[in-house]
Amino acid sequence: EAAGDYNGSVDEGMRTLNLSGHVGFDSLPDQLVNKATNQGFCFNILCIGETGLGKSTLMNTLFNTNFENEPQHHNMPGVKLKANTYELQESNVRLKLTIVDSVGFGDQINKEESFKPVVEYINQQFENYLQEELKICRSLFSYHDTRIHACLYFISPTGHGLKSLDLKTMKNLDNKVNIIPVIAKADIVSKGELHKFKIKIMNELVTNGVQIYQFPTDDETVAEVNASMNTHLPFAVVGSTEEIKLGNKMVKARQYPWGTVQVENENHCDFVKLREMLVRVNMEDLREKTHTKHYELYRRSKLTEMGFIDDNDGGKNFSLQEVYESKRNDHLNELQRKEDEMRQMFVLRVKDKEGELKKSEKELHDKFDKLKKMHMEEKKKLEEKKKSLQDEITGFEKKRQQAETL
Amino acid sequence: MTTPLEGYVGIDTLTEQIRKKALRQGFEFNVMVVGNAGLGKSTLVNTIFKSKVSRRQPEEDYHTPSTVEIKTISHVIEERGILLKLSVTDTPGFGDQVDNTNCWQPIMRHVNEQYEKYLNEEISIKRRKRIPDTRVHCCIYFIPPSGHSLRLVDIEVMKRLVEIVNVIPVIAKSDSLTLEERERFKATIQQQLIEHNIRVYPDLENLDVDDETERQRNLKLKERLPFAIVGSSTTHQVGSKSVLGRKAGWGVIEVENDAHCEFNHLRNMIIRTNLQDLKEVTAQVHYELYRHRRLETLKKVPLDSVGSTPSSPSYDIPNSEPNHNKVASTPKLGETGKAIAASQKEVVEALSESKI
Repeated sequence: EAAGDYNGSVDEGMRTLNLSGHVGFDSLPDQLVNKATNQGFCFNILCIGETGLGKSTLMNTLFNTNFENEPQHHNMPGVKLKANTYELQESNVRLKLTIVDSVGFGDQINKEESFKPVVEYINQQFENYLQEELKICRSLFSYHDTRIHACLYFISPTGHGLKSLDLKTMKNLDNKVNIIPVIAKADIVSKGELHKFKIKIMNELVTNGVQIYQFPTDDETVAEVNASMNTHLPFAVVGSTEEIKLGNKMVKARQYPWGTVQVENENHCDFVKLREMLVRVNMEDLREKTHTKHYELYRRSKLTEMGFIDDNDGGKNFSLQEVYESKRNDHLNELQRKEDEMRQMFVLRVKDKEGELKKSEKELHDKFDKLKKMHMEEKKKLEEKKKSLQDEITGFEKKRQQAETL
Repeated sequence: MTTPLEGYVGIDTLTEQIRKKALRQGFEFNVMVVGNAGLGKSTLVNTIFKSKVSRRQPEEDYHTPSTVEIKTISHVIEERGILLKLSVTDTPGFGDQVDNTNCWQPIMRHVNEQYEKYLNEEISIKRRKRIPDTRVHCCIYFIPPSGHSLRLVDIEVMKRLVEIVNVIPVIAKSDSLTLEERERFKATIQQQLIEHNIRVYPDLENLDVDDETERQRNLKLKERLPFAIVGSSTTHQVGSKSVLGRKAGWGVIEVENDAHCEFNHLRNMIIRTNLQDLKEVTAQVHYELYRHRRLETLKKVPLDSVGSTPSSPSYDIPNSEPNHNKVASTPKLGETGKAIAASQKEVVEALSESKI
């Protein structure tokens, strides 16, 4: 990270000047904010966690609304990612919020491959952005950015530590997305256990080298609160859209026979901390880190993988666009070729099968004919026998009649 | 369409978050001044920024450069906690030769070189988090106060410059014109600009159509162009006040007095209202156009092939070497801008078709 993050550097020979009067460029932040507000913002959250951990409820609670979402059942054959985009507005700020849910995560018996669809999804969004960026005729400024800015990882409130699925998944995601781990349904864990649980989790993360998102401390106005919040990770959250009357106010809460858990009471859970960090303080930083850190890493490795190198000579990667396009076309052509091959094979197979079936059909016909013939012969024989018997009967009758008239 | 919120979420804090980030990172602004020697370019810049940004050539060793030189000086200025890295590019020697043919070339080369630098960085595999922006955001063109009309060289230069950079024309040293002469001069200039299809800043086609107040304000500004200005860094006493101005035998010309000249309008436009817009138009329109042309000329396929390559408007770039000087035959920005939007649509459609 550049020291102090001051744009560029103060070059040698650049003087700092004193102004003899009011120039007026102190309106610059306003100008910038106005332009940004006119354009609107977008933010994309990915929720990963087993079915039933309250992901949808937490999103509803966080954004004070009801995102239509049916509760998922537990028998999904694999992990699928479902993305929904909503338009939210508060005063003059318009936000395009996309919530991506991991459906079926942790439900399978064999969870070896569970993290893969998630990684694929995240990569796909980077890929889409990269392609737009590389286009010759592009519109980056009106592009709907679908890259994931924050990944909320929901940890089961077992109280014991992380499951190996958790570790494996987070290890595969930590260099691709900002991970914010949360302990779901934290009202299950008692206060004493919670503290131990958090420490255990953080230790396991450190031991396994998992890099989670750290709230930034370079801006002095928020450094203190961010630093303090970092020590409270993972946030123990409780979600609820139901309101209970407490005193003379309505509060979001979950009511049990032994008491009421208030969502926005910081003594009961860390919901307020999560909302503060995720929405009210660090949303912009999450977006920026996604763009300047995770996306850059993806871009760099993707382009290097495709064989591009920085040529420090004059002729740089201007053909980047061309070669990237041609490599993509090659890939597409390869896929097309494979498809054609498969189609051809399919046609051949069909022909063969057809031939076989025709042969069987003929055999059956022959058999049938043979049987019919046999049957006819049998019938004929029987008819003859019947006739000869009939003749015998007639002869016998005659003889009997002769004997009676005697 | 909007999902209703049943309580305060805190999304509106985004503006505050963005403001904080901007304050921390600071701003950059790059201005270029183009005009004959002695028209008050350095003085104007110093007046706008209320500091000795440009150093005036001491008259004793003033010499006419034999070619147009490009000289850039950078400073950091601070106001109420906002840090601004300001770069001013001067063009000594412009228009001062006997034969001024192609005097625009070094200027265009400089502008395009900055785009080239930026593009180089943008296209690198390992690139910096924030690409240093040396692109010229604003080019102030100084028109001598003849009172008649634009000179041939003015038309030729501006015609080319508006294709690649935001150009703001000003009438320099306008204190030599009476108000009536000034209005007539302006009317003639405006007509000439229309006649030659010279689209100076603000170009309403590049504007955000959404914000109506901004649109109205820019319309009014456009009607006033070119601004008639006077520059000065010396203060004089007028009545009880101390004002910036030029003292003549017949009175003091006050720079910041709207009745005397239009300096305030220019300063307000460049600094107080349109600075961010100048930067955005540079980045989103001029730079994108440069990038488009640059990447296009590297392709070996014919310019209007269909498929995953965009079919571009049929302009011929006489290019065996990507020499930026040869931009004389490019079409007007407006048409190209529209054509790009059209081919952009085609690209999107073509790409989505070829996606498996």
